[in-house]
Amino acid sequence: MSVANAPAQNELAREIVNPLPRGRMPRVGIAPGPAARGVILGLAALFFLVPLIGLAEFSLRVGQPVDGRQAYGFLHVAELFAPATAGAYQLLFDGIGNSLLLCVLTIAIVLLLLLPAMILSHLRYPRVKRVLEFVCLLPITVPTIVLVVGFVPVYSVVAQLFGSPPWTLAFAIGVIVLPFAYRPIAANMGAVELHVLTEASRSLGASWGATLARIILPNLRRGIFAAAFITIAVVLGEYTIASFLAQNTFQTALVLLQRTDPYVATIFSLLAIMLGIVLLIVIGRVGAARPGTRASRRIR
Amino acid sequence: MSTIQRATPVTAALAPDQGSGVELRGVVKDYAGHRALTGVNLHMAPGEFVALLGPSGCGKTTVLRALSGLETITAGRILIDGRDVARVPVNKRDIGMVFQSYSLFPHMSAQQNVEYGLAMRRVDRVTRRQRAADALELVGLGRLGERYAHQLSGGQQQRVALARALVTRPKVLLLDEPLSALDAKVRVQLRDEIRRIQTELGITTLFVTHDQEEALAVADRVAVMREGNIEQIGSPEDLYTRPATAFVATFVGLSNAVDAELSGDTVTVLGQRLPRLGTGPADGPVIAYVRPEDILLASSGIPATVVVSSFLGSLRRTQVRLEDGSLLHVQHEVGVAPAPGENVHLALAARPVATAPRHA
Repeated sequence: MSVANAPAQNELAREIVNPLPRGRMPRVGIAPGPAARGVILGLAALFFLVPLIGLAEFSLRVGQPVDGRQAYGFLHVAELFAPATAGAYQLLFDGIGNSLLLCVLTIAIVLLLLLPAMILSHLRYPRVKRVLEFVCLLPITVPTIVLVVGFVPVYSVVAQLFGSPPWTLAFAIGVIVLPFAYRPIAANMGAVELHVLTEASRSLGASWGATLARIILPNLRRGIFAAAFITIAVVLGEYTIASFLAQNTFQTALVLLQRTDPYVATIFSLLAIMLGIVLLIVIGRVGAARPGTRASRRIR
Repeated sequence: MSTIQRATPVTAALAPDQGSGVELRGVVKDYAGHRALTGVNLHMAPGEFVALLGPSGCGKTTVLRALSGLETITAGRILIDGRDVARVPVNKRDIGMVFQSYSLFPHMSAQQNVEYGLAMRRVDRVTRRQRAADALELVGLGRLGERYAHQLSGGQQQRVALARALVTRPKVLLLDEPLSALDAKVRVQLRDEIRRIQTELGITTLFVTHDQEEALAVADRVAVMREGNIEQIGSPEDLYTRPATAFVATFVGLSNAVDAELSGDTVTVLGQRLPRLGTGPADGPVIAYVRPEDILLASSGIPATVVVSSFLGSLRRTQVRLEDGSLLHVQHEVGVAPAPGENVHLALAARPVATAPRHA
């Protein structure tokens, strides 16, 4: 029988998916209309923008008000790089460097320990999944200060082994990051039918390594990015552990600096918050992008 | 852009060298204290299309997964072309598989999906592209190679999955209820298309389904499974007209279970003597399984009252109540449309009937 004489085949070929035009989403149930959405967005934006504008206004102040009028400029920003003040902010720059190193190490812990554990429990050992979830979510229920009290004797041993370099904080921060890193990866795993994709890949002749590299990780990309970015945000905002374990990080340096130079401390607070917002926007973009769209190509 | 296209004969490029023989010998599978397969024996000739049919939980998918290598077996042997592959990992078994749920890799286009198996076999890029294009052409999607899964309908996704499974010229094609997620019309079209492609390629195929119509329509032979084993295997006609057990008689097609009396090779059903099918219970009270098309509306005979009559397109099925209150299904030509409450008479066609012991 000739393949060309298959009318059913041609009829099937007429099925075409007509996606909705970009940006036009159907209203479902009690979803708000465009006007209500605008009002909600405006109020939310106001809620977040007022403190940011306050920070920006304060950091740009120059001197005291004269006749009720405040002068503004970039004097405090320029002071950061002025030769006369060189060294005055070294503690802060060291703290930023330490925090960035902690970001890298904590993300490495998430990717090299948590991610493989989650993939294995999802695909091979489903009974362990609930235990892993419980362990990963536990730190969120324990106040950080309680964790720190528990960490102190552990870190006395760590200090004997490695000394007290700031990077050792990555172990402790890795624990408090667990709930925030676990959730997006778990949500991503649930959304992509990882089991079926893995079995399809294996049935097509792929080894476990090839399946991991070519199927599992690309399809968990959104969850991994989100976990990594949230980890960065948590590390940059972590104060309690670093303070109690007497380490210099961005947050501890900022607190010290705030006592002597509140303007520069405010500048860095503002930058940290802006970085957090940018990370959240990137997470949103990564999460929304679908393969084959312009957005996905931009992200790649 | 029009997606309508004429498929070209590309079967030669995709056909395996020759169909492979498959044999399952005493396959047992235990899951945490539960025996899912109780010693399955199945032989598939090269190029044969066998459907595994059975209710949910009967073990049909477990058989398919054991054959694919996605499940290890507790005991028994699995032979492909005479070679025991029971301990060969799934990626080395050279099988093609289409899954029940949509399994296209969402981050790859249709073309890339189809090329994937070839890439795993280190086929060069030019050959890969050509063979993937041929496979997509075979399933009628030659122009949709650049689309991603979310840009394809369910039927199109399953056809890409079929092309992906076939492009590597596997020894065996395994289909795990590939049509169950599709709507009725697309299901029938794709079912026929799978059969056409299978016939052209001559690839040995095992098709798992719980839809008896689907199994009877496409398979050379149908294996009916129950509680972890094969109850009967045979051609669709054999299963329908000569069910070996009461379970097969009731599961494959519609049957009326009627109290009857067995004596030797004769069964007395509703006062009418019919030949008995195969062997079965000892003489005495039995249950006889009579097909609706073997009960005829007649001018005289067994009196009954019409309960309801349903139009089914090319035929009509009428439910009637006998004087003892029992209900029967009668299948007849669409031109006769008895009204509810109407008195009719029934006669039984002189065809052999399956029997089972009647329990008090």
